[in-house]
Amino acid sequence: MASRTATKDIITLRGSAAIVSEFFGYAANSILYNRGIYPEESFAKVKKYGLPMLLTQDEGVKSFISKLTAQLSEWLETGKLQRVVLVIMSKATGEVFERWNFSIETDSEVVDKGVSREKSDKEIMREIQAIMRQIASSITYLPCLDEPCVFDVLAYTDKDVAAPFTWIESDPKLISNPQMVKLHSFDTKIHKVDTLVSYKNDEWDE
Amino acid sequence: METGSVNSSASSNKTRSQSPLQEQLLQRRSSRENLDRFIPNRSAMDFDYARYMLTEARKGKENPAANSSPSRDAYRKQLAEALNMNRTRILAFKNKPPTPTESILNEFASAANQAKPSKPRRHIPQTSERTLDAPDIVDDYYLNLLDWGSSNVLSIALGNTVYMWDASNGATSELVTIDEENGPVTSVKWAPDGRHIAVGLNNSEVQLWDSTANKLLRTLKGGHGSRVGALDWNNHILTTGGMDGQIINNDVRVRAHIVETYRGHHQEVCGLKWSASGQQLASGGNDNLLHIWDRSIASSNSPTQWLHRLEEHTAAVKALAWCPFQGNLLASGGGGGDRCIKFWNTHTGACLNSVDTGSQVCALLWNKNERELLSSHGFTQNQLTLWKYPSMVKMAELTGHTSRVLFMVQSPDGCTVASAAGDETLRFWNVFGTPEVAKPAPKTNSEPFAHLNRIR
Repeated sequence: MASRTATKDIITLRGSAAIVSEFFGYAANSILYNRGIYPEESFAKVKKYGLPMLLTQDEGVKSFISKLTAQLSEWLETGKLQRVVLVIMSKATGEVFERWNFSIETDSEVVDKGVSREKSDKEIMREIQAIMRQIASSITYLPCLDEPCVFDVLAYTDKDVAAPFTWIESDPKLISNPQMVKLHSFDTKIHKVDTLVSYKNDEWDE
Repeated sequence: METGSVNSSASSNKTRSQSPLQEQLLQRRSSRENLDRFIPNRSAMDFDYARYMLTEARKGKENPAANSSPSRDAYRKQLAEALNMNRTRILAFKNKPPTPTESILNEFASAANQAKPSKPRRHIPQTSERTLDAPDIVDDYYLNLLDWGSSNVLSIALGNTVYMWDASNGATSELVTIDEENGPVTSVKWAPDGRHIAVGLNNSEVQLWDSTANKLLRTLKGGHGSRVGALDWNNHILTTGGMDGQIINNDVRVRAHIVETYRGHHQEVCGLKWSASGQQLASGGNDNLLHIWDRSIASSNSPTQWLHRLEEHTAAVKALAWCPFQGNLLASGGGGGDRCIKFWNTHTGACLNSVDTGSQVCALLWNKNERELLSSHGFTQNQLTLWKYPSMVKMAELTGHTSRVLFMVQSPDGCTVASAAGDETLRFWNVFGTPEVAKPAPKTNSEPFAHLNRIR
């Protein structure tokens, strides 16, 4: 490996929060594309994490996700965010088909004392790339979503978080009898993000 | 291939104890959430909580006195309840993303993006600021005999008489004394204009008075079959709740005043509150039911169907309060057999939280300026408890009443609370703080999070 320059590898709380919320934005877009929630034509390719990533061009979805990631970033900096869940539900019945669960473990020492950590950018990118590839390949085992679906995002936070008015309390929207697949995780040394997808059992499997 | 299998014991305990909170939404699913093979249901498990319970919980029990502040005790108590999601709030973005086929333009709420207030804790006086006599007040849990109008006049029904107390100068006057056979007065409620007042009677009639002219304007008859214990206004609609279990919407401007009847309760309706938007009505009854009625489901002739019927309380539901800073959030309190304050998302009908207060909950009030909730109780302390929301940490307990605090209202400026009890006293408490410049929500942001775009 080439010698690492010291400045590049220092991760601050703010930087880590930005990495994680940005990851979430791209992951959400990827899930929406791969699961066919929105039509393929509405996505455009950009280069990110060394892969061609697809981003939605739909204004409504774009602004929803960007508002979301901004708020997540804010919560990540306070260390109060426990997990983020992207839920895919049937448009007609509201039944939950899939739950993409991103659990976040925050190094509380960093939040409390404001220290920073060291980890190579490249390595974090590599870890994220692995997760993105896994999301893309998940269509090989996830059951087909035959009916039109909608998505929603839930944030699990600490009780004492002051939520702005645009966020409401919600129920967890769990799936009964789910199948679960654990994907790779990535770690910025300040935030560790685990990915898990749980989905409704296809009737075939019984 | 069989996918159901043995639950690991830790997680099964969690799902069992999850049921009080989960009941509402699980009814929609065909089978209970079930766990699987080696990996328990991670998406519903709280590993931090599990770790805490396994390791530190023991330490906590042995040193109960060591550095225990009220918040710590409350925290510990909550964990001890073994409710899984107790430390966690689950939030969803209010404006949902557009559905795929149509391109809906989202109107984003012009958000009052509240910065985290870092104000020093205000001093809450533990005793009442003022105590007035309230002789002959009827000591009946199901009545609503106290109200504070927007013109800063407080009205209280003592026996057959309705008195008015002007808060600005302390002057008392009598509005009306009802005849023995029609009385006693069972409910009073000021109209939003602060001038007109509705008086519900034991004989099932409701009188409408003009308080400045001291004149009886009209009497609403023929609706209820027995006493009218609960009243609430929604602009020109006066909603009345009776011992017969009916809830009637009366348009007071029209001769045939009965506009709508809500049928759902089968025992006395004791709690009635319209939401701030006037779109939803919450009603609580002696049948332990809490109903949410929505105006958009109105039908002209047939009795209107409720939006939600919430059966979680195990005693009469009288205390109801809509949250001023979060739409669709309702707090409800149960009577002696229940003693819980429960929080509901009235949009989905989900129960968000339940707190056992240890004492019959008679009334609930939200602080308009801070994120706090005030509850009034009965046996044994007859106290008013101030809770921080959403952590539900007790901030203060105000004692003074010597019998259950049945009635509680707040002043129009939102700073003072008046409470009345069967001990025949009316007490005033400066519990919500001193009047200061109200925090204007920063509405200058057109895009709610525009200022938060940061580049690493």
